[in-house]
Amino acid sequence: MDHNRTSRRSFIALATATPLVATVLASCGDSGPGAASSDGATDWILTGAPKEKIRQTAVDDWNKAHSDQKITTSAFQNDAYKAKIKTAIGAGQAPTIIFGWGGGTLRNYAESKLVDDLTPWLTENPDVKSRLFDAAFAAGTVDDKVYGLPTETVQPLVFFYNKKLFKQINAEPPTTWDELMALVPKFNAANIAPISLGGQSRWTNMMWLEMLFDRIGGPELFESIYNGTPNWTDPSAIDALTKVQDLVKADGFIKGFASITADSNADQALLYTDKAAMMLHGTWTYGGMKTDGGDFVSSGNLGYVNFPAVTGGKGDPTNTFGNPAQYVSISSKATQKAKDIALAFFKSGLLQDKEAEAYITEAGEVPIVKGIDSKFSGMDDEEWLKFTYDLATNAPSFAQSWDQALSPTEAETLLDNIEKLFGLAITPQEFAANMNAAIGS
Amino acid sequence: MTPSAHTSTGRLGWLVLPALLFFVVFAVVPLIGVFVLSFTSWDGIGAISFTGLKSWTAVLTDPGLPHALWVTFLIIVLSWIAQTPLSILLGVFISGHQKYRAVLAVLFFLPLLLSAAAVSIAYKALLDPNFGLGPGLKLGFLTQDWLGKSALAMGVVIFIIAWQWIPFHSLIYQGAIRQIPTSMYEAAQIDGAGRVRQFFSITLPQLKNTMITSSTLMIVGSLTTFDLIFVLTGGGPNDATRALALDMYLTGFRANQMGLASAIAVILVVVGLILAQVLQRLGGKERNSQLEGA
Repeated sequence: MDHNRTSRRSFIALATATPLVATVLASCGDSGPGAASSDGATDWILTGAPKEKIRQTAVDDWNKAHSDQKITTSAFQNDAYKAKIKTAIGAGQAPTIIFGWGGGTLRNYAESKLVDDLTPWLTENPDVKSRLFDAAFAAGTVDDKVYGLPTETVQPLVFFYNKKLFKQINAEPPTTWDELMALVPKFNAANIAPISLGGQSRWTNMMWLEMLFDRIGGPELFESIYNGTPNWTDPSAIDALTKVQDLVKADGFIKGFASITADSNADQALLYTDKAAMMLHGTWTYGGMKTDGGDFVSSGNLGYVNFPAVTGGKGDPTNTFGNPAQYVSISSKATQKAKDIALAFFKSGLLQDKEAEAYITEAGEVPIVKGIDSKFSGMDDEEWLKFTYDLATNAPSFAQSWDQALSPTEAETLLDNIEKLFGLAITPQEFAANMNAAIGS
Repeated sequence: MTPSAHTSTGRLGWLVLPALLFFVVFAVVPLIGVFVLSFTSWDGIGAISFTGLKSWTAVLTDPGLPHALWVTFLIIVLSWIAQTPLSILLGVFISGHQKYRAVLAVLFFLPLLLSAAAVSIAYKALLDPNFGLGPGLKLGFLTQDWLGKSALAMGVVIFIIAWQWIPFHSLIYQGAIRQIPTSMYEAAQIDGAGRVRQFFSITLPQLKNTMITSSTLMIVGSLTTFDLIFVLTGGGPNDATRALALDMYLTGFRANQMGLASAIAVILVVVGLILAQVLQRLGGKERNSQLEGA
């Protein structure tokens, strides 16, 4: 029995001490990123087709052309990367090039002086900045200093719908919230789920709140919360929160949405298997629906519009939300030589024409390069690419997803409360009170 | 660390050194580290600053803690109730020496060979209200929002834990039952006791120590259940399955509050120690004498 207790206790202790153990282990790597930086720069990329290949090719091409400025890549699965990069940076073992999504996480890094300020470098190299979307820089900027250089693609939220099902009940895609609410009973009567939602992932629910907050209160509403005013009890906010719960109560979302996850793409599958009629999601789902959905996309059954307007709302109905870009930063702990290699790569190796075109042809996404729309003509997805490009570039406000904009601590509180709001476990007023206590107070 | 180690320190005490070293490096040091961290505020990347009792007051006043304790308690009790009777019955069944029982025992044992993550992913797919087993076979009662309703989700968690661990406990019981001297059953038979009477008067009492061992493993396992819930429900819906170990992980690694997470970890250790003590008492003296006799 004594023996049993010992092993149990050590097991718990082991489990509880993971941060420390992880730190210890992270510093024992054979060719740890810190070690490799002495003879070159290191870069961690994400796995998954088709973007992994695009990222890798960009680095390979660079290494071929610059044998004296080598960059070594390591690839990680998305969620594993998010956990690992945090530990690695905390342990001072970050790669030279830190990939991320900007916002609150980048702010944490910047405030702890773990990433370099790129502003002086951008001033010296104005052409780097001038060829990228202006709106992409905001989420990589902390206190007027650029810490994250935008790269890759723009990913706004899009209101997708299934044209076949709309034809079946003889309806048009909604242009206002009232039209959307009116569609719900019609689809339910036809035994079709009105809206697909992967609610267990929580950030999927958040997209509905983001768009409603924007349409009703305008982008200023969340901006003021983000800047420290506890505005969740604002009448516009309460209105948005109430509207979401009305939609839940009216069975607008598919039954069982709380147990559906977005990571498994089950929500996309509901749309292309004709089980659900509408879906609010990011442009990144287009490629998945194209490859997994059979002829759903190619036969023109996938419809897409911007999120409906709310009558009397303050927000411009052409506004959008999502990921303005992805970001690369330079680790402040890297050697000067590694930093120089990374910056040279940023200047003439990253998101050059070949890589940008690959995003269009292989991923169906719009790279954040100005004037890239001239490359769309004649493509399979021309109409879709044009739609995304216009949505992203014409939006008076393109705000970053709340969970990325906020610090990880605040984002977790937000997502927790959003899950309860959609589960009807708390009222809009309780949600507002909880959030006021946690964020912006 | 065992009593015998203390008595024979003179000659073979050094044998315990490697174990002791591992225990200190991987258990004692991190435990102290976690305890120290619980008095700090740390987001995992920036500087660590000492904030005194702030993390503790935050954790102890947070309504999330009693809820997580309650969920953990539910998982411990319900999974014990779900597993123990079935494990004993299965153990009795497979303790016979017939060949078909040996074959069945192998089949029963299969769930244990799978990792909790794989099991969770498989069940998640099977229970999916739109693409799972229910809608696939057009079975209405199987087409539930299994992981989206609080009570159902808890039931699913208990069921999967039982499904995965009953084989293991059956195996322990099988071994224990085979250790019971057959002379006891022969004597009972002569006295005219039937199978049921034999089970309650001989098998069950003889299994007491095994039950303590098996229950300890079950309770300890339930206390630290993490992977299964993390993959299956992520603590949802609405925190219905957010047990203490998961709460610790989410607070530390998703909300970046290492100080709070460390405080929760210390609470987890304390709860574990209390449970171990209670189980120790339940064992009583009789168990010790039998151990020494064996």
